[in-house]
Order: sequence, then C-alpha cells, then structure tokens
Amino acid sequence: MSFTRRDTLLMAMGTAVAAAIPFKAFADVDADIEAFTGGAEMGNEGITLIAPEIAENGNTVPIEVDAPGAVSILVLATGNPTPAVVTFNFGPLSGAQMASTRIRLAGTQDVMAIAKMPDGSFVRASQEVKVTIGGCGG
Amino acid sequence: MAENVTPRIRVPRDATAGETITIKTLISHPMESGQRKDSDGNRIPRSIINRFTCDFNGENVIDVTFEPAISTNPFLEFQAVVPEAGTFTFTWYDDDGDVYTDTKDIAIS
Repeated sequence: MSFTRRDTLLMAMGTAVAAAIPFKAFADVDADIEAFTGGAEMGNEGITLIAPEIAENGNTVPIEVDAPGAVSILVLATGNPTPAVVTFNFGPLSGAQMASTRIRLAGTQDVMAIAKMPDGSFVRASQEVKVTIGGCGG
Repeated sequence: MAENVTPRIRVPRDATAGETITIKTLISHPMESGQRKDSDGNRIPRSIINRFTCDFNGENVIDVTFEPAISTNPFLEFQAVVPEAGTFTFTWYDDDGDVYTDTKDIAIS
C-alpha cells in the first residue's frame, strides 16, 4: 500500500484529533475529582491500588483498592471517555476497607484511586496500566 | 433489556463471632456501556447495573456505585464483619429499574 500526499495529510489530521481527545478527558477527570473531594488537598499515604502493569484485554482489567479506615473510595480511569469507574462506600459492618473488581480501560492510561478518610482528608494512589486491546468497542 | 441475570455469591458457611470474612459476588449482565455502536453505526443505548449493596441483618456492609467502565458480568470482592449469625442480603439495581436480590445465611461456629 502506498500513501498519496492526501492520505498522509488526512492521517496527520486524524492523529492530531486523537491527541486532542485526552485533554477533554482530563477536564472530566478534574471535574470528577473536584466533585468527590471538593478541591481538598490529597496525600499519598494509606491507600494501595493494585492493577496489572500490562493488561492484554482492556475489557476486563482486575483492580484492587485497599485503604484502611476509609469511608469511601473513588476509582477513576483517566483515559476513558467517562473517567469515573466505581465508588465504594463502606458501611459499619465492612470488615476491611478493601474491594476488588474488574474494569474496562479504553487504552493505556493511569488508573487513579482516591479514598475519603473519616477525618475528611483524602489520599490518592495511581498506577499506569498498559492496554493492548482497548475495551470501549470503538 | 438484560436477560438471564443470575447472581452468584460465595459466602463462607460459618464463621466465628466478630470474624472478618471475604465475600465474592458475580452477576451475569452485559453492562452495555453506551459507547459501542452496532453494525449500522447506531449507538447501542447504555444498560448497566448502576448500584450494588450488601447488608447483614439490616446493617450496611458496602454500597457500590457502578459506572459504565465496569466489565461485563460485574465481579466484586469485599470484606465483612460477622458479629452474629444472620443473613446477608445482596441487591443489584439495574438501569431499567429491575432490582435483583439474593440472600445468603451464615452460622456462628
């Protein structure tokens, strides 16, 4: 297959559009974080996010969050069309403030977990997950 | 519409009083994200389970809000304290208004 000048230009435009999409997603991420934390400062201690470094299939990526003593944990996939993934609210009979589930990731991106502590402070952990096949069916 | 929605839950048969146990749940559901398109290019409407709760004898253990980024057949693993013998009630809330519930009993050994 050979590329004409027109094809090349079109492809370049496509790449530029693709590069612009994450910026929109980042705005959503900030809005979601703001909605959850109310703009409070976030620490880094006391929360663990376990996610695979490389996920072959973005349709089902196992993740685990653990934040001892947390009231609730918000998980965000910063590169997804809608970044919010799941919110765990722990009740009085919750044995340990940890949970694991399986999520969809559109592509290689940072997965972020933010825990709300009983004293109203917030802690955050994030990890990059490399995705071979995206999970949005686009 | 979600069809053949079957919850599967694993809870230990018994526990000592005050013990922390691990509960695993899985419910078969397509979790249509609303992002996909069919072969004609039409967007397939969103249809997911948006909330899950687990209660023990009427007291809340965990309340989870699901977004479309949760995989098909949502799996969830979490921990619960068992202060006495009783019943776990699991509830899933579907976008289309359906509510799926299941219960599991646990004894004190």
